[in-house]
Amino acid sequence: MTDQTPPGGNGRPVNLTACDQSFAATVRKHAGTNFSACLHCKSCSGGCPFSEAMQHKPNGVIRLVQLGLRREALENDTMWICVGCHTCSVQCPMNIDIAAVMDALRHMALATNAELPQPDILTFHQAVLASIQTYGRTHKLDIMMRYKLKARDFFSDMNVGLRMLAKRKLDLTPSRVRQVEEVRALFDATVED
Amino acid sequence: MATSKLIDMAYFPGCSLATTAKESNASLIAYCRRIGVNLIELPDWNCCGSSSAHSLSRQLALDLASRNLAQIPEGLPLLVACPSCTLRLDEARHHLQTHATARTRFEANWNRPFDSGLKIVHFLELLENKTASNNSNGHCQSLNGLKFVPYYGCMLNRPPSIRSEKNLFGLMEKILAQLGAEPMRWSYHSKCCGTFLSVARPDAVVPLVNRIFENAVDTRAKCIVTACAMCHMNLEIRCTRKEKLPVLHFSELLSLAMGAGDHPDWFARHLIDPRPVLTTYGLLG
Repeated sequence: MTDQTPPGGNGRPVNLTACDQSFAATVRKHAGTNFSACLHCKSCSGGCPFSEAMQHKPNGVIRLVQLGLRREALENDTMWICVGCHTCSVQCPMNIDIAAVMDALRHMALATNAELPQPDILTFHQAVLASIQTYGRTHKLDIMMRYKLKARDFFSDMNVGLRMLAKRKLDLTPSRVRQVEEVRALFDATVED
Repeated sequence: MATSKLIDMAYFPGCSLATTAKESNASLIAYCRRIGVNLIELPDWNCCGSSSAHSLSRQLALDLASRNLAQIPEGLPLLVACPSCTLRLDEARHHLQTHATARTRFEANWNRPFDSGLKIVHFLELLENKTASNNSNGHCQSLNGLKFVPYYGCMLNRPPSIRSEKNLFGLMEKILAQLGAEPMRWSYHSKCCGTFLSVARPDAVVPLVNRIFENAVDTRAKCIVTACAMCHMNLEIRCTRKEKLPVLHFSELLSLAMGAGDHPDWFARHLIDPRPVLTTYGLLG
């Protein structure tokens, strides 16, 4: 595996005077894991099943954070591609919970309205939450419809959907919570927080 | 069949088992019954929050999980079928146990105190706690040397915070071997299935799933056995190879070995039909 991408990304030089000196400490506090111990051995990047689909490999993101390159760290797609399978955290010889760093970066990117390089993944998460807010449970057909409308992706996976319908694996009607207003109240309370 | 008294456990099926993976739910309940466990489904459970709540809001993830924890009859352990739901609910349990402010919010929301002794048990842990004889006691049908590869996906990956907890690796192989099936060795047992990327980035998931199948076929296994309904679905829908293997839920094989009679309903729901392979091994009818 080769990782040619320097910390600035796309071969751009890194201006270290522009670094945010407090960024690493903020991420560390949110993530609850000490990534300054990272050796850059790339065990995480070698083991990650989705390394190839990421702009920066997992250890590359750690490096961006260490250097205080806030914008680069919050506006690349790595933490959105990350599914939290913890393969990286298991393989890390320094016991760094890399998936927790990705969680922290995702939350910080949302909180600061950072530009999102993978809006479709966020669209998917939002479709799931909208389904939970409506029914209290996830309704796969509803999630797919919401996702496709917003992502403007109408035709992919039609055959998969039809095969699932034919096998009665995709229910037309949702499985619902009876006291769904209790669930909706949780969403309202989160917005207030 | 076990003759001892049934033990009660609270039960959280989760969205997948209630809908797309009904066959996993039915076979799991049937199997529990046969090993002496009576499952009491939470009366009005909601989605655990899944990866999406976790990705976007910690507070919402905790609140959604808490509403479920508040429905557990006092003193009963909670059995969870899905590895992802187990992780989300157990994270909430751990947070509530260690944060007084979270417990205050829990009490205000649900009008009952948080049970600090609460135990959350994944289906595999339940089997681990049974002795070998319990698991296979009274099984009516040998699995006749059915060659399989066990697929755990990410469920056994333990982040540093829970690294010292027990490792259930090897359990599916051990139990299915006791029931007469033959586990094959392979290197993809813990490879992630892609979970939610399957929707937004199938281009990233398809090659991964195809590699998993390729490796399974190379071992000469005749099926893949999963312990997670999400893995099951991704493997079934994202394999584009010509040569596929059927993917069975662990609970389906367990129940089949215990002589459960309603399996025709389960196997008809698979996108990759497992019946030809099971028939070859003399396991159907």
